[in-house]
Amino acid sequence: MADSEKSPAPSTKNRSKSKDGELRVIGVPRRRVDARAKVTGQTRFADDIAFPRMAYCKLLRSPHAHARIRKIGTTRARSHPGVYLVLTGKDVPIEYGILPVSQDEQALCVDHVRHVGDPVAAVIAREELTAFEALDLIDVEYEVLAPICDPEEALANPEPRIHSYGEEGNIHKRVALAFGDVEQGFAEADEVFEDVFFYQGNTHLPIEQHAAVAVKDPDGKLTIWSSTQTPHYLHRALAKVLEMPPAHIRVIATPNGGGFGGKSDPFQHEIVIAKAALLLDRPVKICLTREEVFYCHRGRHPVLMKFKTGVKKDGTIIGMHLQTLIDGGAYGSYGVASTFYTGALQTTTYHVPRYRFEGCRTFTNKPPCGPKRGHGTVQPRFGQEVQLDKIAEKLAIDPAELRLRIVESSDTVTANFLRLGTVNLAECIRRVVKRSGWNEKFRKLPEGRGVGLACSAYLTGAGLPIYWNKMPHSGVQLKLDRGGGVTVFCGSSEIGQGSDDVLASIVAEVLGLDTFDIRIYTGDTDLGPVDLGSYSSRVTLMAGNAAIQAAERAKDLLVTAVAERLTVPKERLRFADGHVFDSAAPEKGVTFAEAVSLAEARFGTIGTVGSYTPPESPAHYKGGGVGPSPTYSYSAAVVEVGVNPLTGWTTIPTIWIAHDIGRALNPELARGQVVGSVYMGLGEALMEEQQFRRLPKKLSSAFVHKFPSMLEYKSPTTLDMPDVVVDLIEEPDPRGPFGAKEVGQGPLLPIMPAVANAVYDAVGVRIDEVPITPEKIIKGLAEKKAGRLPRFGPSHFPQIDWPEALRVPPPWEGGDGNAVNHPPRDGKPASQKEKVLTP
Amino acid sequence: MITVPVESRKSAHIRLTLNAEPVEVSFAPYKTLLEVLREDLGHTGTKHGCELGECGACAVLVDDKPVLSCLLLALECDGRNVLTVEGLASNGTLHPLQEAFANLGAAQCGYCTPAILVTAKALLDENPAPTRDQIRQALSGNLCRCTGYLQIFEAVEEAVVKIAEQRKTSTHG
Amino acid sequence: MMRLPLFDFRTPRTIKEAAMILDGEGANAMPLAGGTDLLANMKRRQQMPRTLMSLRHINDLTDIRLDSSTSRLGACVTLASLAADSRLRNGFAALSQAAAQVATPPIRNMATLGGNLCLDTRCNYYDQNYEWRKAINFCLKKDGDTCWVAPGSSKCMAVSSTDTAPALLALGARVRLVSRSGEREVSVADLYNNDGMNYIKRRPDEILTEVIVDSLRGWKSAYWKLRRRGSFDFPVLSVAAAVRITSQGHVDDARIIVGSTASQPLVATEAGNFLKGRTLDRETVAEAAALAARIAKPLDNTDFDMSWRKKVTAEFVTYALRELRGDDMRAERESITRYAFPGDLIDIQ
Repeated sequence: MADSEKSPAPSTKNRSKSKDGELRVIGVPRRRVDARAKVTGQTRFADDIAFPRMAYCKLLRSPHAHARIRKIGTTRARSHPGVYLVLTGKDVPIEYGILPVSQDEQALCVDHVRHVGDPVAAVIAREELTAFEALDLIDVEYEVLAPICDPEEALANPEPRIHSYGEEGNIHKRVALAFGDVEQGFAEADEVFEDVFFYQGNTHLPIEQHAAVAVKDPDGKLTIWSSTQTPHYLHRALAKVLEMPPAHIRVIATPNGGGFGGKSDPFQHEIVIAKAALLLDRPVKICLTREEVFYCHRGRHPVLMKFKTGVKKDGTIIGMHLQTLIDGGAYGSYGVASTFYTGALQTTTYHVPRYRFEGCRTFTNKPPCGPKRGHGTVQPRFGQEVQLDKIAEKLAIDPAELRLRIVESSDTVTANFLRLGTVNLAECIRRVVKRSGWNEKFRKLPEGRGVGLACSAYLTGAGLPIYWNKMPHSGVQLKLDRGGGVTVFCGSSEIGQGSDDVLASIVAEVLGLDTFDIRIYTGDTDLGPVDLGSYSSRVTLMAGNAAIQAAERAKDLLVTAVAERLTVPKERLRFADGHVFDSAAPEKGVTFAEAVSLAEARFGTIGTVGSYTPPESPAHYKGGGVGPSPTYSYSAAVVEVGVNPLTGWTTIPTIWIAHDIGRALNPELARGQVVGSVYMGLGEALMEEQQFRRLPKKLSSAFVHKFPSMLEYKSPTTLDMPDVVVDLIEEPDPRGPFGAKEVGQGPLLPIMPAVANAVYDAVGVRIDEVPITPEKIIKGLAEKKAGRLPRFGPSHFPQIDWPEALRVPPPWEGGDGNAVNHPPRDGKPASQKEKVLTP
Repeated sequence: MITVPVESRKSAHIRLTLNAEPVEVSFAPYKTLLEVLREDLGHTGTKHGCELGECGACAVLVDDKPVLSCLLLALECDGRNVLTVEGLASNGTLHPLQEAFANLGAAQCGYCTPAILVTAKALLDENPAPTRDQIRQALSGNLCRCTGYLQIFEAVEEAVVKIAEQRKTSTHG
Repeated sequence: MMRLPLFDFRTPRTIKEAAMILDGEGANAMPLAGGTDLLANMKRRQQMPRTLMSLRHINDLTDIRLDSSTSRLGACVTLASLAADSRLRNGFAALSQAAAQVATPPIRNMATLGGNLCLDTRCNYYDQNYEWRKAINFCLKKDGDTCWVAPGSSKCMAVSSTDTAPALLALGARVRLVSRSGEREVSVADLYNNDGMNYIKRRPDEILTEVIVDSLRGWKSAYWKLRRRGSFDFPVLSVAAAVRITSQGHVDDARIIVGSTASQPLVATEAGNFLKGRTLDRETVAEAAALAARIAKPLDNTDFDMSWRKKVTAEFVTYALRELRGDDMRAERESITRYAFPGDLIDIQ
């Protein structure tokens, strides 16, 4: 494409080819609308924004994992030359948090720090170096408390409590759901498998560190630019903590330099600089260091899980019982939703007629976990797919064949009342089996080489918003200009996934334009209607459907006006190549600009709106708010590995993946999302981990992140990335815009279990946890050599005092999506009963 | 921990060639080239992800070689020739690498892109026909969390073809 | 953004001028070459020199002078030029291979040979930001009084993480150290102490100006590096080996060095001696590898499990010796380095 960023000049010859239903933009590999800005360095990320008189902010963070704050002295820091302002918790004491049920964070801790890195004070100074130096001049007196280092410690030690809310002690959330009688299922099973898996925590590591700039507008209002995925939720948090009317706050989500879920919470630094800008009446900037980004975290929860699965000899699953123990870190974040997510999607890939799920999230003195790509569903997917590999081996069925026998069908309502859309998992499996040469490789490669297969499903947008309301999840406004210009306004945030291009391509398709004819304004709470944000793979479907509605409404106005002018029946008019013309006589038409002018003359200023609200879910039980989605994507992957049996050193030459996407709006970007997901999954499978270190108790109470740096947190490099063969399976899903389903998260999920299964095929050792490192493989091989179970992984799942399960009979047992019992809520007042909503 | 040598409080001054233009700049002497480019010269195209040499997002070309601007004192850049992403396009025409990156999905969030583009340019200037493995090796100091790199490699390969075509046209025409 | 602390900046034009500056400033001044180690350490406030003395303006520090008897490599030669110099092959292969595997390509364009030899020892209790180190109440190496790797130890356990030192040790190289009061040559084998803090025998007033390598006629060498990823990472185990083999195929002389498992590169003397007079057959290689691995005592302060690092040491020695006896090790090289290791870097003499 030429640099002018314009498609070739349209001709009437092309027009005549424009048939009903033929797509001219959608499905065509295209340069994304924001590509030129990105390759010229002109994309303005948050830290690229600067203003005259701008001050810099640095946060003083707790050096203790768990402590009470006794006293904070700021006199020395305040009098340091170049320092404008020092803030402490008293200045911003109101609690906030992403979920209404866990408003447990403070912008600066008032009296309790809960992890190393929890902020306690802020310095705002003329130079960043000055602010940093002045941090050392703040005198904080702490009363150090014993840190809670992991979930088992949290279960065993109700004191000291990290939070005064939650179930009890250091248990944040405990849930139990029963869909049918699993015990009966196990009794009827030919084989029952019980396995314990551990999924280590890891983090998003966007290359862009979180940054924000806040300005007090000339009229006293507040504007903040921030690298946030969720400007709307930040808007709400700022209004709450700053006690300002939302109408006086403008949040602008700058394009994110990567997000992956790590920029989805409102963060302390955003609130602090907003407060400082208001107090100082000057622009204030903050850009976190990489270490601080590790402390913001909100990444993958470490999860210990136990799968008990009963199957028939032919592989049919007849009951599944899943228990998860989740390390939440120091705050709630999305954790209540994450807890439900560890049990929500087990039923979406294969038919599971009876399902029981128990999940427990504990608080620990680590940076809070939250939503990372695949939110909460990645960990149990690992366990489920590795266990299925074990089941296949025991039943002597090829793992691909086994999965093909039990895949779930389109339009099913699952045991836990998730209504599935199109399900093309079988085609995904067949495709990767064929492409990878699976049948020639599985159990046939020489020792040290192997292949593994795994599958997955993921949401295309959470069915419910995170706070209870009946309003649309996404809104789009269109402005049509008499010069032919079309402007799209939407609250969605561009985090690199291409959401601006989705909006442009949809509007361009409907109105017969080129994507580069369209202007996009997104992520600005002043300019665009609310979109809930870039999380849960929701933007393509939700903002996309809203954009279709707005564009179709605009099209209607133009059609009416043009039909009158051309005296052609409305239904004969087509929009293509920047023209509106008679499909029966393509030479008869007007330019798009003329069409807008006609419509403007006929109707007045042309502006339309569109919005999208997901369909109501059949899951009416408490907790049923997590998991529903308009439709689900499906993926299957085959991974090939080489394992050196002497060192455990692992190499991966090739990965084959097929993804059921419905329709690829821009195949170039869709493939990029798949490969990027595979990349991130591979990092989790092989090397990435958020590790912590407890210093010897006799000498120190320190409990720290082992190495919060990009050097020691191992993100794969160009040299570590294998070839990836991608197949997009396209059968449009009527629920998605032009049939599209999600692609940004789902393809990550099968990678980790496929690697584990491939390692087993290569050297006969089960690694029942991630990351799968050479050390663990060598330990597994040693077990094998010694004649013991050739396995490395967790040995037990602890005893947990589960609440009485909420019993919801599955559809085939006559269930209507409601619980048939009402377990007591341990003396919790009714007012505190949460409505569990999702991301 | 604070040591404050008196001399170091004075501002420093250098001249350099930035994207083929002579520039002069005054700055606080503790600043690296990265900080001076972004904060004192308004060239925010060069990014940063760690400021410790652990991610590669701040790479620029100094005297035609990719270096990390976060670990290079601006004081050391007097008289040197610096190329950043802002200098890749000429007269409004994108460099073939920029064209290819834009067309082939090689930039997702675009944050690591400027450094990768200049690093790839240095590679192609030195080796106009690199193999896939040489491309992987040349870009092995640039982390990207979005793309999984494959479309980046493909874009570099596409640019190789385009540059060769351009050379052909210019020698024949 | 992480910011450097304040410093004074000096730019001597000659080695003599530089030596004068160091003489005046003592330990308050540090020479700045590529800056890739020192500036990162300064940003983390691990090293806080009051004065930075740039070596960039001293011309003769970037010379490479090769001679059949004695070769001289200037301290400010970048690792990239070292790796790319096609004259530095064959006997020098270990050095080229080591230089080619340091960190990343842009870092190799900046980092210098002298800088890599003087590289600060590393430890994951030490290579952390100021704020992090405050959370553990600092460590013995900087601002604290406990070595958290071995809390009973009075000695710092930070790890020698230079790639080029083991290689140069295998090549029997020495360095020239120049101060105001004179100059001296120290063999690389004597340059280091097994002490994470006082790890190098270069005095603060001395400048490491060049590396001197005597004739490598008849020698072959190889360097194998263990790190998790294909780039960026420091070595967490390295093996440099050099052998001189007679026309009859017997080992005439041999040096095996194990790097990154202590505060200095370790010479596997016993293993080297064992090889002398033998042919590099399977049993000999295995025995030498076992002997060499014995000296590696990695601790829990780098990436990877320390017992695994110990366990694979013998394998890495085996790789190096097999390569030196002429085995085709390209598949193993590619598996470890994660790319097709350039054939021209492998010793074919």
